[in-house]
Amino acid sequence: MASYSKPLPKPHDEATRVYWGACKEGRLMLQKCRQCGVYQTFPRHVCYRCLSKQLDWVQSSGRATVYSYTVVYRPPGEEFAHDVPYVVAIVELAEGVRMMSNVVGCAAEDVTIGMGVEVVFDHVTPEVSLPKFRPVKEA
Amino acid sequence: MSSSLKKACAIVGVGETDAGAFPEKTAVDLCVEAIQLALEDAGLTLKDIDGLMTPELRFNPYWTNAPVLAEYLGMEIPVMLTWPWGGLSAPHLVLYSAAMISARLCNTVLLVAGEPVLSGQSKRRQMISLEKGASHPDFELPYGPLIPSMFALVARRHMYEYGTTSEQLAEVAVTFRSHALLHPKAHMRNRGPISIEDVLQSPMISSPLHRLDCGLVSDIGSAIIITSAERARDLKQKPVYLLGCGESHGYMHMSYSRDLAELARAKESAEAAFQMAGVGTKDIDVLSVHDAMTIAVLLQLEALGFCKKGEGGPFVQGGRLAISGDLPTNTHGGQLSHSAGGRGAPLAHIVELAEQLRGRAGARQVKNAKLGLYNYSVSLYAANCTIILAT
Repeated sequence: MASYSKPLPKPHDEATRVYWGACKEGRLMLQKCRQCGVYQTFPRHVCYRCLSKQLDWVQSSGRATVYSYTVVYRPPGEEFAHDVPYVVAIVELAEGVRMMSNVVGCAAEDVTIGMGVEVVFDHVTPEVSLPKFRPVKEA
Repeated sequence: MSSSLKKACAIVGVGETDAGAFPEKTAVDLCVEAIQLALEDAGLTLKDIDGLMTPELRFNPYWTNAPVLAEYLGMEIPVMLTWPWGGLSAPHLVLYSAAMISARLCNTVLLVAGEPVLSGQSKRRQMISLEKGASHPDFELPYGPLIPSMFALVARRHMYEYGTTSEQLAEVAVTFRSHALLHPKAHMRNRGPISIEDVLQSPMISSPLHRLDCGLVSDIGSAIIITSAERARDLKQKPVYLLGCGESHGYMHMSYSRDLAELARAKESAEAAFQMAGVGTKDIDVLSVHDAMTIAVLLQLEALGFCKKGEGGPFVQGGRLAISGDLPTNTHGGQLSHSAGGRGAPLAHIVELAEQLRGRAGARQVKNAKLGLYNYSVSLYAANCTIILAT
């Protein structure tokens, strides 16, 4: 099996180690500020809004809606050549914060803004799992 | 003490190389060629220059760019600056040149930018540098966005919120191509006109943006010479005065954007410039905006106040941005048809504005052009700068 050659995140401090460690275990984690209550997705050592260091790690529900998306037809490099067309999206988590990811598990042309999605983890290497989103199956 | 830079300085010389593919030319070659043209235009020599400002290059084999040019040209001067802020660098340097001149820390600045982004790198490195450059290495890049994908996310959201259409975006590309056909150095000058249909039929890069919605990749060098208002009056060309300028900033990575369908902090940058200049949108005769992609033009028109938020689509229909239209924009062809991708291209917008305001734009001349506005904004990062020029 060919080794994974796409860009990989590199945990480099306590906050990013916690985030990517949790992804590896299938948990999407957010930080919540104990002082002002805001959620943040990019892991930091301080609250971006009030600079408090009193941050709790909270597991996201994993539910989101598609805020915007694009179908990529021309790969940014050889390593993505086999994946086109694929969907890059910005999703809005139920907790009110947004993040970039891929929408998987459906045809690219079926993705719409406002679509309900849920997180799934792509275990791309033994060390790294990437959070991606698939359509929620309507009951 | 006034914090205004109004009429602190003027552009007194401009120069630009051909835009296109020039495998034999290095960044230094492109810069030196543009410098020679600008000095000739100003009627000055290197001895008259006491400030050298230049953007940092994307790939630089040297430590920092300004002294590389200085040693190549035998310059030994009090003020020098290399500015590492991507496409914003050259326009941003206009503001800082004005501040240095206003503070009398130097008098005559040579602001030069040149980068062989098309020919000077291997195809693979070029793809990497141009397409992954602005994305966060951990939280965005792993998902495979191109630079056009970032603008595509914006375009899709703008379409969703305001009903903007691909045809409206395409019209921008059509108009700017028609301008480039009239420019003797534009990259696309010999490629003929394009139609809305041509744009929509061009390969989809990242939906909804087609290839012809996206900026070019060109080798180009540009240079401008800026001096104090007093000195400008004694020189060869009609001075192009800095009437107002502004800047405003925020995030580095687009995932931080609160509202994808608008340009973060662009309105603030524009308001600062308009306030300093004491003019409004209705006073602008010629407009120049950083058209990284077609959607960027609509967003800037909205942020600058030429139309209401969300109305960029209808605003650009019917040739409003054409040289013969109500709001001549990117009269040299912009990033879409004149030149793009490297540090020299944004400065080419300012060269064109200066030529318009001096009445030397030839076949592209906007009648009675006295007031021009240049704006740099991209959705990728929240960094904006607005420059208002006047003769």
